Amino acid sequence: MKIDNSLPLEYSTEENRLKILGFWIFLAAEIALFATLFATYFAYQGRTGNGPGTEIFEITPVLINTFALLTSSFTIGLAVNAMRLGNKKAMLTFLGLTLALGLVFLGVEIKEFFTFVHEGATIQTSGYLSILFSTLGTHGAHVSLGFFWGLFIIIQVSKYGLTPHTANKAFIFSLYWHFLDVVWIFIFSFVYLKGMM
Amino acid sequence: MEFFERFAVPHPSFAIYASMVGIALTSLAIVVGLTYFKKWGYLWREWITTVDHKRIGIMYILAALIMLLRGLVDAVMLRAQLAIPDNTILDSQHYNEVFSAHGVIMIMFMAMPFLFGLMNIVTPLQIGARDVAFPRLNAISFWLFFMGAMLFNIAFVVGGAPDAGWTSYFPLASEEFSPSVGTNYYMMSLQLSGLGTLMTGINFLTTIFRMRAPGLKLMQLPMFTWAMLVTNVLIIAVFPLFAVALAFGAMDRMFGTQFFTIGNGGMDMMWANLFWVWGHPEVYILILPAFGIYSEIISTFARRNLYGYKSMVASMVAITILSLVVWAHHFYTMGQGVLANSIFSIATMAIAVPTGIKIFNWLATLRKGKIEFTTPMLWSLAFIPTFLIGGVTGVMLAMASADFQYHNTMFLVAHFHYTIIPGVVYAFIAGLIYWWPKMFGFMLNEKIGKVSFWLVAIFFNVTFFPMFITGLDGQARRMYTYSEETGFGPLNLIASIGAIGLALGFIVLAYNIYWSTRYMPRNIGSDPWNARSLEWSIPSPVPVYNFATLPHVKSSQAFWDAKTKGHNLFPDKVEEIHMPNNSGVPFIMCVIFFIGAFSLIFDMIPLAIASLIGVFACMAYRSFEANHDHGYHIHVKEIEETEERLRGANK
Repeated sequence: MKIDNSLPLEYSTEENRLKILGFWIFLAAEIALFATLFATYFAYQGRTGNGPGTEIFEITPVLINTFALLTSSFTIGLAVNAMRLGNKKAMLTFLGLTLALGLVFLGVEIKEFFTFVHEGATIQTSGYLSILFSTLGTHGAHVSLGFFWGLFIIIQVSKYGLTPHTANKAFIFSLYWHFLDVVWIFIFSFVYLKGMM
Repeated sequence: MEFFERFAVPHPSFAIYASMVGIALTSLAIVVGLTYFKKWGYLWREWITTVDHKRIGIMYILAALIMLLRGLVDAVMLRAQLAIPDNTILDSQHYNEVFSAHGVIMIMFMAMPFLFGLMNIVTPLQIGARDVAFPRLNAISFWLFFMGAMLFNIAFVVGGAPDAGWTSYFPLASEEFSPSVGTNYYMMSLQLSGLGTLMTGINFLTTIFRMRAPGLKLMQLPMFTWAMLVTNVLIIAVFPLFAVALAFGAMDRMFGTQFFTIGNGGMDMMWANLFWVWGHPEVYILILPAFGIYSEIISTFARRNLYGYKSMVASMVAITILSLVVWAHHFYTMGQGVLANSIFSIATMAIAVPTGIKIFNWLATLRKGKIEFTTPMLWSLAFIPTFLIGGVTGVMLAMASADFQYHNTMFLVAHFHYTIIPGVVYAFIAGLIYWWPKMFGFMLNEKIGKVSFWLVAIFFNVTFFPMFITGLDGQARRMYTYSEETGFGPLNLIASIGAIGLALGFIVLAYNIYWSTRYMPRNIGSDPWNARSLEWSIPSPVPVYNFATLPHVKSSQAFWDAKTKGHNLFPDKVEEIHMPNNSGVPFIMCVIFFIGAFSLIFDMIPLAIASLIGVFACMAYRSFEANHDHGYHIHVKEIEETEERLRGANK
């Protein structure tokens, strides 16, 4: 394995560079996936049948979630920065903080789902609610998956240290996490804000 | 016992019971055979755990050929039923199941794996790479496809086959109108194989972008690899969309969501839209590689450079983009209005332009060429006029107002068989014969190959041309029978006779593989066709590391120029080669995927959740394993010995 020391650790081997490009292409596929969900969401707006529509939205949990997720994007940026400086302890701290904020997001979202269902808005109620739950749920599932992924990376970095391999994983994970944040901004704007206007 | 009742076939017949016995006996024979000849270890070490792109490619092609046989049997059953008016070989339900299976299997489980097989074997060799970017992901892709295919294939003996067509339109495909688990099978098996396809797309795009040999620029790629590049872009653009559509369909059926229902805000037409936004690019995912194969073969056997390289690339890119904006032409009659129909009509006809450019480029390549009529070349030459009929009838169908006459008739069936069979099937067979020596180190027999070619080329037209006429006369597709008064009888009989000839052609092809494996000479050298691209510069069959030293490329016909102008392709000295380890995890993970999908189909939620956890456990295992799995090295001495042996025997 040839290591190029002029590049950051996560880019230092050819295998690492391949993985980063591959992950960017994967993110392109993810964009196609979420684009489909959004397009379907727009097509189903107002198709509420006998069920409730956008009046079920509440601003407080959404704002908490937005704040949590945007902050977590910042902290994971700090984690990658710490990684580049070779500061393992700071990196792990920031990664932990990121995941904690992810947990806050998930907690609030799950509570929000319970409130929806309590108000008679379930995934089976209408076409609109089916796509609403699917869009939010797909994003939430991505965050949940990301939580466990991040957890494994924390374990591996503390176990094996900052190697080209673990650094590469952490960097790719940060790309994923930022991407989820971008998707959330779209959800926040086009699902929640548009719905509440 | 109540638990097991769900696995019963809801609409059984003698043929289905016979198939059950047949499947049981075949499986038993395989198990006994493997045990008797002590081949389990070999199978596991050399094939199931392999991450070598060439072996994965061979497995893809093997699976594709088996699925071709299954699809062919379905086709023959359909034609047998339609041979005479008021026939009763199949009843309406069985007819529905058989044409649904025929469509899905031929597109998703025959054409797609055939494409991936050739893509796997040829692409890395043409760009001078030692493997794909992510060898293990490649194995996962294959096993996901394989499990999806197996899942779909057991449907008709376990729980009931899908019966809503390969398009599975809602509301017909809903729980209400398709109550058996058949359509669940459709949703889950395509989800599995589609996931594999998406990973292949990511894998090969990364490979083509980052792993080209020193000096090989994008605009010097062989045309087949260019076709792979645009194909994979298309895969990444539309397969996520199909995953979403399938998930919606599955949720409607299994969890009572309202996506494609008629009341409660659902929209049945949304399925048709989503399906074809994926489905139309999908047919270009099949045809673009075929164009690539034809470009390689025609330029090789016309002994000329491919005419108009840049326009070939540009037209492929144009087709790729246009293919994304024509989906609504599949349902002009479903009421989206004149304006939308006009836009889609014009966009569709526009595709004829880049396709026409390609046809003229091939003709110009042939002009003044010293054409050699080998079997791959025959398939390629037959493609041009036959595909042209498919293309011209396509332009007819593209006219929205006229389409009201042709829609859902046998005319359409004839049209798409005229595009897919000469376009895709001829190409893959031509590619298989062309690259066969590279895969196995011997050639297929030319004489038997020509017999199978002429059988298929003639009887293809006998089978499908009559359908243009009966279609224009109003014979609807997907109808299991017709009365004598319609007058469709004689032409349908001709079509059915043609189907027998067509089947015979494929049987001769299979016989050719058998015969050639036993009797064809093995010392064929590395370049039996006197070809032009890099894969022919290395021994046949290709050693595990592909290239002992990486080639240095200066032109789009690197190997040809090396032969004719005396370039040195391999100036480097042999060094140690790093290789990835084999692994059983991809296979095990995909078996768990299979179990999970199967339990979802039959509404066994706890098992499905357990499987999901199992899949994640496999991923987590790999995540930790990868920290100390550094692969292995092949030493210089071993490489030199291998090269000596292979090249020595070949020269």
